Amino acid sequence: MNWFSFSSPATFYPLAGKLIPLFWVLATLLGVAGLWISFFVAPADAVQGQGYRIIFVHVPASWMSMFIYMVMAAWAAIGLIFNTRLSAMMAQALAPTGALMAFLSLWTGAFWGKPMWGAWWVWDARLTSELILMFLFLGFMALQASIDDARRADKAGAILALVGVVNVPIIYFSVKWWNTLHQGSSVSMTKAPAMAHTMLWGMLLMALCFWMYSIAIALMRVRVIILERESHSDWVKNLKALQS
Amino acid sequence: MIWDSVGNFFAMGGYALYVWSSFGMCALVLIAELVGISMRHQAIVKRLQYEIRAEKFDQEGMK
Repeated sequence: MNWFSFSSPATFYPLAGKLIPLFWVLATLLGVAGLWISFFVAPADAVQGQGYRIIFVHVPASWMSMFIYMVMAAWAAIGLIFNTRLSAMMAQALAPTGALMAFLSLWTGAFWGKPMWGAWWVWDARLTSELILMFLFLGFMALQASIDDARRADKAGAILALVGVVNVPIIYFSVKWWNTLHQGSSVSMTKAPAMAHTMLWGMLLMALCFWMYSIAIALMRVRVIILERESHSDWVKNLKALQS
Repeated sequence: MIWDSVGNFFAMGGYALYVWSSFGMCALVLIAELVGISMRHQAIVKRLQYEIRAEKFDQEGMK
């Protein structure tokens, strides 16, 4: 099997169409299970009572915002190095979802910070670097939209995306490097998680749900971008769905 | 079961505003994104269908 054939929009377009329903099914199943645990299985927190349940959307949204940025930058880099159209389109398809995840992270964080810290917002290293991440996504989108020539827009966007990568480790390690109001991570690679098992399971299922959602939505968006950008090619004109 | 009544569930131990604003905004944003992409998809499909029909019409002439 020649995997490189999928770097052509003409081959990738139908493949993505077949994969999208699969990721929607996974996102739905994981979401139902995750919400069930979040609200009906996980016990109240000893310190924060029921208020801690915001964690079940806050952590997944924050993780996804950082992860999507890394994937977006990787696609942008591949597009820049190999000059492949589809890679740049993938980066473009991920940016709005990444921006929304960063927004959700900040929004749910504000609604968690208010009752627990007494403030909607503080200029703490973790919060500020996450805000910068949202602006990096928005800046990437604005830059691409402002350049008419699609291939040049891809290149400019890719450079911006790559420069911004430096922000992701800053977000991740901000709670260690600086004395932040934001708490340290409850889950890490090196030590046992500092939370009840059911809480951890709820969080992981919700994170997987957000992950599958992001894949499904990014594939849907990349298909739209392919149609928009390849509209003059013969394979698009011969698509069955477009004959009337 | 950790909730003894439906009212208790919605009250979220006094954190109703914060918990439901967080989950509500997530649901809203994710659904809005899906609707937005579906509309963008329909728009491009319609435009392309129109262009393809126009092109055929040009080539074949009026029959």
